[in-house]
Amino acid sequence: MNHVSTLSDRHAVWSLPLDQVNPAQPQLFKDDAQWSYFERLRAEDPVHYTADSEFGPYWSVTKYKDIMAVDTNHKVFSSLSTLGGISIRDQRADFPLPMFIAMDPPIHDAQRKVVSPIVAPGNLAILEHTIRERAIAILDSLPRGEAFDWVDRVSIELTTQMLATLFDFPFQDRRKLTRWSDVATTVAGPGGLVETEEQRQAELRECAAYFMGLWNQRVNAPPQGDLVSMLAHGESTRNMTPQEFLGNLILLIVGGNDTTRNSLTGGLYAFSKFPEQYQKLRANPALLDSTIPEIIRWQTPLAHMRRTALSDIELGGKPIKAGDKVIMWYVSGNRDEEMIENPNELVVDRARPRQHLSFGFGVHRCVGNRLAEMQLRIVWEEILKRDLDIEVLGEPERVLSTFIKGYINLPVRIRG
Amino acid sequence: MAKITFIEHNGTSHVVEAENGMSVMRAAVDNNVPGIDGDCGGECACATCHVYVEPEWQAATGARTETEETMLSFAAATQDNSRLCCQITVSDALDGLVVRTPDGQH
Repeated sequence: MNHVSTLSDRHAVWSLPLDQVNPAQPQLFKDDAQWSYFERLRAEDPVHYTADSEFGPYWSVTKYKDIMAVDTNHKVFSSLSTLGGISIRDQRADFPLPMFIAMDPPIHDAQRKVVSPIVAPGNLAILEHTIRERAIAILDSLPRGEAFDWVDRVSIELTTQMLATLFDFPFQDRRKLTRWSDVATTVAGPGGLVETEEQRQAELRECAAYFMGLWNQRVNAPPQGDLVSMLAHGESTRNMTPQEFLGNLILLIVGGNDTTRNSLTGGLYAFSKFPEQYQKLRANPALLDSTIPEIIRWQTPLAHMRRTALSDIELGGKPIKAGDKVIMWYVSGNRDEEMIENPNELVVDRARPRQHLSFGFGVHRCVGNRLAEMQLRIVWEEILKRDLDIEVLGEPERVLSTFIKGYINLPVRIRG
Repeated sequence: MAKITFIEHNGTSHVVEAENGMSVMRAAVDNNVPGIDGDCGGECACATCHVYVEPEWQAATGARTETEETMLSFAAATQDNSRLCCQITVSDALDGLVVRTPDGQH
């Protein structure tokens, strides 16, 4: 079934019997047609039960404040991979990837604290120069007056170079990181990124083997500032099992890749929809401080996070039962009219742009949020400095996923 | 009412008048004090209002809550006098309070 975001379609969504409203359909996100579902749920049934979906029964939490209540209550709402993990599609039991995002305190806390300093403000200041140099090189290499794909040439290239820098990963092999990131989050199937689950797991084992090589180099060398060296020498990480090592690598690769990539594309796409906002920013580049979090809100690169209830609890007047799957739709909470004025619009000078759900809240709040903001800020600073006139030539192709809210491509041309 | 001084990492001071009952984070954000973000709006859920309370004010500002302790454990450059200032409520007893901000919120 194809969903197209037309007015009549919107009407159809509002006419559905409420118990049949199921926003967790990947095709909706591919078609950017999920918005009416969430508008309706926020208005009529903010905490909503869907009994039947391709992911089984689940609760949708759609309002900003209810999402905050779930995100900050990790004692009731668990992230444990063995209960299904952090996305609506249950983690596979046959290929466990332990990573701290899918753990609960106290193990979560201990592992997170090892990684956290790498993306803390002090370390970012050291990385800033390198990121800027690489962003400049990418922007200056772009063709003028001819169409190209922004996703491939800028968003993927920049975030991949960044990851290679963080891991001190062999630079010529850096697109392997992109591939592993995509493979880690994809669902195997005919015509897909990988055809079978066996192929998917084989590629991830290749990733593990490659990184194990780097680990072995670094563990026998003096400690350095890169992530692999820090993990290899870190008090609480140097004895990680190979599966834990792979799990946490995948977390860092996906976390540092997809999200920033899609916000880099989403910002440009948003400016093409709200050109007067770009002119406002162009006239006053100091507005980047509010523009960057606003882009991250507007894009919401991860559409949801999932929790599993550990005990019965009432949420928004609804009885959640122990074992229930609870989906926090960040993509909906970030468009909650009650919290955000004109939420569907990108507004570069909002009063409180940092109050958005894209990074989550509570103990699982995005650890790399400052790095992501810095990368986006540097790219837009350099675009503004060059006064690049970038024309979006058509609609992007979107990812078929209820989790990764992103773009496969975006055709653009730089005028002049 | 309380007069609160925020000292940035680079030494710049900002003095604000805060009303009783509001949080120190809110007083900072409403007065555009740099270096305090308050991303979660005061829910003790993001650790982006991290400050160092001057030692002579530690008793008056009280102890960390359990949640605050957890969130602070993920922040960078914490010290014994680190607090999330969304968890400090302004009162007459805090008139003259001095807090310092870290080199960045994380």
